[in-house]
Amino acid sequence: MFSINLPAGLGTVFRKEFSDHLSGKRFLILFALILVTSLASIYVAGMTIRGMAARAQNDDFVFLLLFTSGKSSLPSFLSFLGFLGPLVGLALGFDSINGEYTRGSLIRILSQPIHRDSVINGKFLAGISIIFIMLISLILLVTGMGLLILGIFPTGAEIARMTVFILLSIVYIAFWLGLSILFSILFRQTTTSALAGMAAWLFFTIFVSIIAGVFADAIIPLHQGAGPQLILRHEILQHYLERLSPTTLYYEATTMILTPQLRTLSPVHIQQLEGAIPSTLPLGISLSLIWPHIVGLIALTFMCFAFSYGIFMRQEIRAT
Amino acid sequence: MITMVEPIIQTENLTKKYGDFCAVNNLNLAINKGEVFGLLGPNGAGKTTTILMLLGLTEPTSGRVQVAGFDPIRNPLEVKRVVGFLPDRVGFYEDLTGRENLLYSAELNGLKGRKAKEKIEDVLEHVGLAHAADKKAHTYSRGMTQRLGLAEVLLKDPEIIIMDEPTLGIDPEGAQEMLNMIQALTKEHNKTILLSSHLLYQVQQVCDRIGIFVKGQMIAEGPMKTLYQQLVGNENHIVELEIKEDADDLAEFLRKIDGVTRVEKAKAYYLVHCNEDLRSAIAAAVCKRGYSLLHLHLRGYSLDDIYRRYFQHQEVSA
Repeated sequence: MFSINLPAGLGTVFRKEFSDHLSGKRFLILFALILVTSLASIYVAGMTIRGMAARAQNDDFVFLLLFTSGKSSLPSFLSFLGFLGPLVGLALGFDSINGEYTRGSLIRILSQPIHRDSVINGKFLAGISIIFIMLISLILLVTGMGLLILGIFPTGAEIARMTVFILLSIVYIAFWLGLSILFSILFRQTTTSALAGMAAWLFFTIFVSIIAGVFADAIIPLHQGAGPQLILRHEILQHYLERLSPTTLYYEATTMILTPQLRTLSPVHIQQLEGAIPSTLPLGISLSLIWPHIVGLIALTFMCFAFSYGIFMRQEIRAT
Repeated sequence: MITMVEPIIQTENLTKKYGDFCAVNNLNLAINKGEVFGLLGPNGAGKTTTILMLLGLTEPTSGRVQVAGFDPIRNPLEVKRVVGFLPDRVGFYEDLTGRENLLYSAELNGLKGRKAKEKIEDVLEHVGLAHAADKKAHTYSRGMTQRLGLAEVLLKDPEIIIMDEPTLGIDPEGAQEMLNMIQALTKEHNKTILLSSHLLYQVQQVCDRIGIFVKGQMIAEGPMKTLYQQLVGNENHIVELEIKEDADDLAEFLRKIDGVTRVEKAKAYYLVHCNEDLRSAIAAAVCKRGYSLLHLHLRGYSLDDIYRRYFQHQEVSA
């Protein structure tokens, strides 16, 4: 038998934060919001693809369509999660440090015999565990609903792809958790850090594509009668700029994972498609196509956490 | 009883600078085991900064600190294990009850299960919070929160207790209770206590030794009496006197008492300068003449006077 020696205080902080999140109203409200929108979108998607499901074959990946298809009136489950997921991350972290600071409990905790980093590590790990539990239960719920509507079981390949999808979503929401913890260290007021988080959320989910378009226009101006080469370069540039946003990375990566028929994320010549066999890609190939996205998301999450950690460890802790 | 005198808290040329601003300047402090030391100074004098450096929560710019034989920068956990700290404006998790808050602190100190629960009952009883133990912390008044903070310190049962403005924001009655508890701690449990305050009479009431701290510097240090002597010397005592009646010839009369060198009138008070403490002689003489004595006070032995003196000096030299 061996036991892992946790750093002093890490387990205790983790347990407290974990139970705080679970019993807090904030988390419950957001979870309810996500659950309701998810069930609605799954229901609508299920109703539209029901007919397809009846004559589905094993390699059609009909079940995954549940997550990616939407109507003009109601977006897909995937877009809902990409849009609302960050809110959960922000809600879990925006007051994690400065809230304790204003309450006067931070200095009290830090004067207990625990390592200083146990506080921030415990908080981050507790947040990630909550995200994990939330996503697992969410996916299980919507899958159950999908089973009821479609009357088919997901295949092994589909389950594998859903697992990758859950892992990606955890990393994506953990990025927002890391960002909000960073803001809660940088700003002394909880309202400021909450607003900063909301601003980042709006920017990355909505405005980034608009701004990427503006920048692309400025760098490669498209005049009337511009050749296809120019238009292509313009498109690629805009694409790359959009990928600076974690939300774009998440959407592209998850779309690729949940749509095995998808072969590329960038513009293609019609000649390149000539002779291609219309079939689905194996999981390994899909993964390798979005490998840069995955690495990018993980790196962003770690960067947020590393910055938070560095600043928190050096920060002056004054009671007033 | 002979006590071994060894400093349990010691600093050598401790200095903390924030940019150009010098918060603590070359502080040399030695506090012995079982002693109650009062750090007295106005707001912004550097008291909290000093305390945070003792706990290893702030890094000194230069100088050395030893707490119970450990360096708080190198071994913060050892120091935090033996030091209980009550910060000013201490705060608790508002959506947890007082007892739950203590359970969390107990766990952070490695105290768990039944042992922790029993100990928590004990300390809650001790600070008089047993009746409110299951109320949420946000319902607590400032005084109750402060007492919960003291309970947390007691829970740890540390060798050294450091308190930063323990009576700040509490009503006078609560403050007095707090002071009584502090006194009991030293008498019954022989704890070493360092407390900071800007309130003079409170420090005077509980502390064995006092350090006066102004603008990052310890300008005087010692027991009350030596503090006074450091400042005034032996020759000049001033007795404040007030009587009920209007008496024009009182000054003249007082001057005739043996040992009185000078008599001044300052508003309601007569200030009688004398070589030694002549309070009883003055009182007897005044009563004998048939005046009603309203106020008689030897100036300087209240910390108030010492404090005021030092501030005046400080302002002049600044």
